[in-house]
Amino acid sequence: MAFQTLLFYLFGAVLLTAAVATVTLRNMVHAALSLILSFFTAAMLWMLLEAEFLSILLVLVYIGAVLVLFLFVVMMVERHTPTIHHRRNYRLVALAVAAVMAAELGAALVAPDFVPASAPSPAPLGHSNTQALGSVLYTDYALAFEAAAVALLVAIVGAIALTLRARPDHHRQNPAHQSRVRKQDRLRLTDGRSEPPC
Amino acid sequence: MLEWATDLSVWLRVGEILLGAVLILVPLLATVAYYTYAERKVVGFMQMRLGPSRVGPRGLFQPIADVLKLLTKEVVYPSQASGALFRLAPLAALVPALGAWAVMPFDDGLWLADIDAGLLYVLALTSLGAYGIIIAGWASNSKYALLGAMRQAAQVVSYEIAMGFALVGVLMLSGSLNLAAIVQAQSGGILDWFFLPLLPLLLVYLVSGVAETNRLPFDVVEGESELVAGFHVEYSGAAFAVFFLAEYSAMILISALTAILFFGGWLSPFEGTELARHVPVLDSGIHWWLLKTAFFMFCFLWFRATFPRYRYDQIMRLGWKVFIPVTLIWIFVLGAARYAEIAG
Repeated sequence: MAFQTLLFYLFGAVLLTAAVATVTLRNMVHAALSLILSFFTAAMLWMLLEAEFLSILLVLVYIGAVLVLFLFVVMMVERHTPTIHHRRNYRLVALAVAAVMAAELGAALVAPDFVPASAPSPAPLGHSNTQALGSVLYTDYALAFEAAAVALLVAIVGAIALTLRARPDHHRQNPAHQSRVRKQDRLRLTDGRSEPPC
Repeated sequence: MLEWATDLSVWLRVGEILLGAVLILVPLLATVAYYTYAERKVVGFMQMRLGPSRVGPRGLFQPIADVLKLLTKEVVYPSQASGALFRLAPLAALVPALGAWAVMPFDDGLWLADIDAGLLYVLALTSLGAYGIIIAGWASNSKYALLGAMRQAAQVVSYEIAMGFALVGVLMLSGSLNLAAIVQAQSGGILDWFFLPLLPLLLVYLVSGVAETNRLPFDVVEGESELVAGFHVEYSGAAFAVFFLAEYSAMILISALTAILFFGGWLSPFEGTELARHVPVLDSGIHWWLLKTAFFMFCFLWFRATFPRYRYDQIMRLGWKVFIPVTLIWIFVLGAARYAEIAG
């Protein structure tokens, strides 16, 4: 067995275990950490496919930023009441979704034009994955790339517009004003004598 | 089947990589130990004190005494802490901080791994370091630690964006993500180094680096006056030492990267001149990289002794409202300059 195949099965096993743990663990922080592990293992699988640019990007963007914020929110949940309530109707919906997904995956697997891909032949030495991706992205797919960027911008503006509510008791600071403050604006020197008793 | 396992050359290569890792990590850990000594001496002199002076001549054995003390102290596990995660957190902080050194080019041809997306790899690993602190804060089951971890998560995510944008400028000028190629793109003398055309981005990068490593004036994560010691309140002995190690190796990493990305790494400022041709010390070599790195390491200590701690809302304002617009504008300027073929 080639070393890569061995690694593939190792990463695959870790990925599946972590993914199952994400949905079964009762503690939400543990579940979020398993999600991080499964993302990381997925990135390693991409690395095996010699897609090192995408693989490192997955670690940088999803694990390094998105999931940090995920964990941030989950950690706010009270430590000793993290169990998720089980209700029968949710379970039914979950089973229905799982059944649909399993059917779709099965249909894809038995389709006649489905051929299991073999490992890619090693790229020639000096081949730059990053450069290849960049030149395709900014020439052939420039329009789609720009459209995705605009869609993200709309999402950012939308998120801010939805959550930014003007509050009547809102405090606003003017940093320029704060740093212009001098000693004589705040400090009043007195001669130190106490008030005469009345 | 397993024919690779019986191939001697495979194991020789594995041994070679392990030896390389040891050759990087042992000097790095020794530097961390003496960096703490330098910190106490430098900050001491800046505050008209002597700093450590009792253990050994001029206090030179102080780091060794500190290490022995930390290693022999008992590690206390809080009874309500989340056991496995509490033990995992220091390692989760240390491993990325050390792993990032794998792609560091020390001299022309002197590196452990020459990977194409080297800069991205370093960025990815430094962003992973945040997990050690977040997990530590949560697993300690202490309010101070949790608050420290919250501040850390928000701060790192905010400054990572500015840092990433600052590095986009480096990529635009060098046209590569490979650290060695970035250094080679700066060859030609001191005026060809990237710090000149990228001056605003250099400042953003340096300040973001200080914020990412939670050093003063951005150390609200530990803020001893309000949070006791932040995320590592509950850690003692060797477990605390590991966090310490992670923080200091991250500081050295940021300094080394500043030297490589903006100041030409191993390149000499006298490169190509008559002087460099006659005096070999003045020609390019690893000593220039060491010198530049040491200067930025000193800057970390200098900042610590000079600036008062930022207020939390000021930190967020600086990251989002000042640094990100500055980097975006400068990226646009660089793009225009490259289009007009002025720079790069």
